[in-house]
Amino acid sequence: MAEFEPQIIAFTCNWCTYAAADLAGTSRIHYPANVRIVRVMCSGMVNPMYVFKAFESGADGVIVAGCNYTDCHYIDGPVKCDAMFARLKKMVHVLGLEEERLRREMISTSEGVIFARVVEEMVEQLKKLGPSPFKIKMETLA
Amino acid sequence: MEQARIGVFVCHCGVNIGAYVDVPQVVEYVKGLPNVVHAERNLFTCSEEGISAIKKAIPEYSLNRVIVASCTPRTHERLFRAACEEAGLNKYLFEFVNIRDQCSWVHMREPGKATEKAKELIKMGVAKARLLQPLEEIEIPVIPSCLVMGGGVVGISAALNLAEQGFEVHLVEKEGELGGTLLDIYKLFPTNEQASKLIGALIQKVKDHSKIKTHLSTKVKDASGFIGNFDATLDEDGKESKLKVGTIIVATGAEELKPLGQYGYGKFPNVITQLELEQRMKKEGFDGQNVVMINCVGARVPERTYCSRFCCMTAVKNATLIKESNPTSKVWLLHRDLMAYGVEFENYYRKSMEQGVRFIRYELEKLPRVIGNGKAEKVKVWHQLRGREVELSVDIVVLTTPLIPRADNEEISKMLKVPLSEQGFFLEAHLKLMPVEFATDGIYLCGSARWPTDIAEGVSQAYAAAAKAAIPMRRGYVKPEAITALVDEDKCSGCGTCEPVCPFKAIELQARDGKKVSHISEAVCKGCGTCGAACPAGAIIMNHFRDVEILAQIEALFSKSN
Repeated sequence: MAEFEPQIIAFTCNWCTYAAADLAGTSRIHYPANVRIVRVMCSGMVNPMYVFKAFESGADGVIVAGCNYTDCHYIDGPVKCDAMFARLKKMVHVLGLEEERLRREMISTSEGVIFARVVEEMVEQLKKLGPSPFKIKMETLA
Repeated sequence: MEQARIGVFVCHCGVNIGAYVDVPQVVEYVKGLPNVVHAERNLFTCSEEGISAIKKAIPEYSLNRVIVASCTPRTHERLFRAACEEAGLNKYLFEFVNIRDQCSWVHMREPGKATEKAKELIKMGVAKARLLQPLEEIEIPVIPSCLVMGGGVVGISAALNLAEQGFEVHLVEKEGELGGTLLDIYKLFPTNEQASKLIGALIQKVKDHSKIKTHLSTKVKDASGFIGNFDATLDEDGKESKLKVGTIIVATGAEELKPLGQYGYGKFPNVITQLELEQRMKKEGFDGQNVVMINCVGARVPERTYCSRFCCMTAVKNATLIKESNPTSKVWLLHRDLMAYGVEFENYYRKSMEQGVRFIRYELEKLPRVIGNGKAEKVKVWHQLRGREVELSVDIVVLTTPLIPRADNEEISKMLKVPLSEQGFFLEAHLKLMPVEFATDGIYLCGSARWPTDIAEGVSQAYAAAAKAAIPMRRGYVKPEAITALVDEDKCSGCGTCEPVCPFKAIELQARDGKKVSHISEAVCKGCGTCGAACPAGAIIMNHFRDVEILAQIEALFSKSN
């Protein structure tokens, strides 16, 4: 059997983390091809519903990433993202998903290396964890 | 809604994408995606050839959505949107898919996986593009009037520049007279002209100018609104008045650090700062016989790492002036490094040595010491060249300290919603490309409010800020991005959750047919979408990033079918 390749969705803010991913590209920093970026304007606009949809649809991991507290284009987006994320963490637990499947990051424009490292780390963790139990349940229902 | 007819343009980007992603294979795959009626590949979609291919395909295939799969929207979205617009397609019906920065460049070693990822990313883009809606940008008139905060040499220069161009200017100064720090300064480097002459002439020009309204002893108490239409509340000694302006320039300057507790400052009456020396020279002249100046006091130290730039020259100037007026005096200048950049300053520095000013370099590890009893009597400093400590008798010690951010910067930053740097100075939108603009449209900055500057630099920045502020005022209107949030009034229960969430105060509850509903000002909204995430009723729609669009992207990625 082929090695399990986790599927990760990353919601990244337009201003910082999306730019960091661009920088990883311009700097040719290699990272595993398991992540798909969904661009949003601000990490504070990531509706918990998006994260649920991702897990429900079959994501093995979700990253929510945006600016640091000090460089938000919208003043305090990260604070709102934090509040949303704290609630999400609890809900993910209720769904029976491991904590490591949901990651909150603040990655600024200049941190292409960090973006690549976060993806690498998460892929490694998820490979250990195996496919999302939620995905397995959904598949048996289908 | 009409059926989506999507055209997809997959870019080779020369070898940047083409060498790692199997572009022909991707194009074949894309042709099979729902609603895609045309797909092609281009060597460079951003080239003239690529752009004309887009413009040609739109009418030819009756495209009502366009996707370019290439690099990043951060550099190329504007170009492709413009191409769509020229072909008669609303620019918000364009969607960008990044298969270079996010794919070929980071998965070079895994071309197979890169190709699969490119397909999936485009599939997600197609799912979103199907749902995109055309958006109209509103045109907002700009009031041809500028509020300049700060009546020092920099604020005055900006005000005069704009007034000369014919714009109305409100010049607000918190002190009782115009002139700022220059009022306390004796002579200016490198010309040694009287500061009062220079600033006096400028103040007179302001007074004579019919377009400038000066508000003295006044603070800007509140400001709201957006580019073109700011509402400001002025507080003149407790008396409030309202203003409407199109643009705002922050030229509030900075203040000299008073180094309490360092080198006997605050303890010995004959230890003063450079600014205090200037004041004394200006008022009563100066008659010190033995003078020691110490540079970089409180600057370029761990707790305040920055260099204040102009203070080296201030010290050199004052040291020279003392020698000139009293050639028998002994003037020592203790410094760490000496910034005498450019032709003028280097010559000025050489002249001061010829005049007999003595320079001693000290190190942060071996700071000079001021010794005295009731007043400073001696300065001891390690002399690097002699390899021993030397002792200098003093009548007066002058400490050269940096400019520091003004205490009210934080208040102003919150009021205008513009950022401060780590040090507490105002922070420009981009150090190199937008040096006198804030990220907030319509608000500009210049002079030492941004960073310590000398007069020449400050005035250049003032002219730059004035030129930038003149652009929207001259054009007469602004067109903000249409990526803003919108309230579905039928769904809105008027709970008000969204109102405090908005960082730009764009949301207010308004009465509608007997109930309260949330209303978002399109012109004020910056499109962060956080109100949408907070709305418990799902009544807020974030244009161009609607929930349905994002959910469709997610669904598409995992769906087994095309």
